[in-house]
Amino acid sequence: MLERAEIVRKEYLRHDKKFPHVWCPGCGNGIVMGALLRAIHRSGLEKDDVVLASGIGCSGRMPTYVDFNTIHTTHGRALTFSTGIKLAKPELTVLTVMGDGDATAIGGNHFIHAARRNLDMTAIIINNSTYGMTGGQYSPTTPFGSKSTTSVYGHVEHAFSIAELAVTAGASFVARSTVYHATHLEDMIRLAIAKKGFSVMEVISNCHVQHGRRNKLGGAVEMIKGFKERAVRVEKAEKMSAEELVDKITIGVLADVEKPISTEQYQRVINEAKKKAEKIAKEKEKNGIKRYEE
Amino acid sequence: MVHDTKSRPAAKPEVGENKTASAPSTAQQKKRKLHRVTFYYKWCKSCGLCSAFCVKQIIQTDKNGLPFIANDDMDRCTGCRFCEIHCPDFAITIQNKYPERRHSDDRQ
Repeated sequence: MLERAEIVRKEYLRHDKKFPHVWCPGCGNGIVMGALLRAIHRSGLEKDDVVLASGIGCSGRMPTYVDFNTIHTTHGRALTFSTGIKLAKPELTVLTVMGDGDATAIGGNHFIHAARRNLDMTAIIINNSTYGMTGGQYSPTTPFGSKSTTSVYGHVEHAFSIAELAVTAGASFVARSTVYHATHLEDMIRLAIAKKGFSVMEVISNCHVQHGRRNKLGGAVEMIKGFKERAVRVEKAEKMSAEELVDKITIGVLADVEKPISTEQYQRVINEAKKKAEKIAKEKEKNGIKRYEE
Repeated sequence: MVHDTKSRPAAKPEVGENKTASAPSTAQQKKRKLHRVTFYYKWCKSCGLCSAFCVKQIIQTDKNGLPFIANDDMDRCTGCRFCEIHCPDFAITIQNKYPERRHSDDRQ
């Protein structure tokens, strides 16, 4: 417990980059980044074995500040880049940081199919219910009736639940946490990294500048206090009725299943194809037939 | 001077001025764990999360929104590290504080 935060700060941050970071004062992205670094430190991973990919958005700035193998990719396509990295080098631990719009709107197709493929990766989705960087337009997770730049009279569409979408799409590990529960968040990220298979970590974060200000939710402090009041653990939520759970955030592990991992299965395919090729080569030597040159 | 105030801008609170005169508090007499809070003002954006969530209310903010320890009584810190893990700007460090008398106790 020797000043873990200090070790994290000294070892894992790129001090030569522009610090303080670009996020607004009180933004939850910094809390998520701290929890992520502590979780990686606790997992005992080497810095060179970790890949952090991100898409576009406020959360996309995260790889800039941390000292891993990092890649800042195009909008919504962070998971496809991660898939490529994982297939090329299965021994790496690949983490992907995305925003809610990045993961479920622009990259929604990639997200559900990455969950279906079940590669051994971790997707961390920071859900702040709006497109914060571009000026507060409504995103797929903006709650019904709330105001944004593009829904001035209240939002008419209904919101996604990212974690439940991931469960349905077939991810092996799905968890949800908020930025208020930073230690819980750290534990969940650690479990998600340790899990073999596609793990999705939804983090409810605050955007008090774009979302909170327009909906009179207060500043960073009030919004984060709101997460404390709205959060319900999964164990408790099971005993509650559906009416009680309206406007609540269920936090904890929502799904944890064992499935064959795509990368391992792919290795099996490679091995079998190699065996077949050797067998054909032996046959060719034996019969003296050059099958493919005929 | 226990904590790093080297780059904190000029708006100094009146309460925090006298650093050496803090009287020995009850915490030291009870020999519970003491902690040292350090603010790194270069990275602080004065969001106010640390002062809002401090359980003992020892972190307060001055008129610029920068945090400081109220009355310089850092011994009231319980070491819960809430401010440290919730600081989005990595600007707070909590360390265990070992007073000199404790070293002499250990050696005997």
